[in-house]
Amino acid sequence: METILQPWPWYVGGPLIAITLFLYFYFGKNFGASTNFETLCTMSGAGKVSDYFKKDWKERDFAIFFVVGLVIGGFIASNFLIPNQEITLDSNTISELNELGFTRVAQQYFPTEIFGYQAITSVKGFLILIISGILIGFGTRYAGGCTSGHAITGLSSLQWPSLLAVIGFFIGGILATWFVIPLLFS
Amino acid sequence: MKNSRFLFLGIFFAIVLSKSQAISWYRFYEMFTFQSFHMFGIIGSAVVISAIFMQLFKREIVKDINGKVISPKKKKKGIFSTLFGGTLFGLGWGVSGACAAPIFVILGFQPIAALLLLLGALLGAFLYGIISKKLPQ
Repeated sequence: METILQPWPWYVGGPLIAITLFLYFYFGKNFGASTNFETLCTMSGAGKVSDYFKKDWKERDFAIFFVVGLVIGGFIASNFLIPNQEITLDSNTISELNELGFTRVAQQYFPTEIFGYQAITSVKGFLILIISGILIGFGTRYAGGCTSGHAITGLSSLQWPSLLAVIGFFIGGILATWFVIPLLFS
Repeated sequence: MKNSRFLFLGIFFAIVLSKSQAISWYRFYEMFTFQSFHMFGIIGSAVVISAIFMQLFKREIVKDINGKVISPKKKKKGIFSTLFGGTLFGLGWGVSGACAAPIFVILGFQPIAALLLLLGALLGAFLYGIISKKLPQ
């Protein structure tokens, strides 16, 4: 029990992600998460607006079960398996974030400056989350996959487009961290 | 019910991502500033071990539960779309610290903020669906 309640190091997390991929394929399906955004659009009736969404979502009903599982798992983890969300961060990271005005750095998984009630009820904070979401939804569809589909599945099956996608992910991530976040919070 | 195995797999995956801190905003910030090995270790070891699994699938040493050969779908090949789409995704990922699967996991941690991210992601996918034919692929 003690081990479960401690944070898991990378060499436990990484292999368990690989086992998830293994089981996903063993159960007969392709491992990935971003197609679900499309499926949820289809389920909400997006087919009425665009032919792109005229698909039979029942073919992907397994994925809906997976998504519901993700939410339940997140709820279980946050309420029962993580007694405190403290993270041991590099000292440079902490001082950088402090300089940008982030308080209580690494005392919980999600910074209050982005995820807290005050942040999300301000126009700026609301837009940060909605626009990030749009970029995630649009970008993964345009690139044909996300971290699970490209970075894990695509790279491990040696597909060149996935390497290109991952390079794109990092270009975007670095731009966000080095330029957008300082611009938004300084 | 056949699909319930995916429900349990989702619960398992969410717990793995949560316990290894791979859903934490700070871990992605650290990764993109190259100040910690943690996320590189997670993604790197996941890819290396998955690559071994992929070889087992390819050599047909492991078949799926129905006895069929496992072969991952071929990814579409457009250079511009993968690179530029990837960069757009990376921007959203870097700012919010959330990617596709974690958005659903975060619903169990920070429901309202995650709901906004999810709403945005659905809007983004919808937008792509509408204009995809006009985009360079």
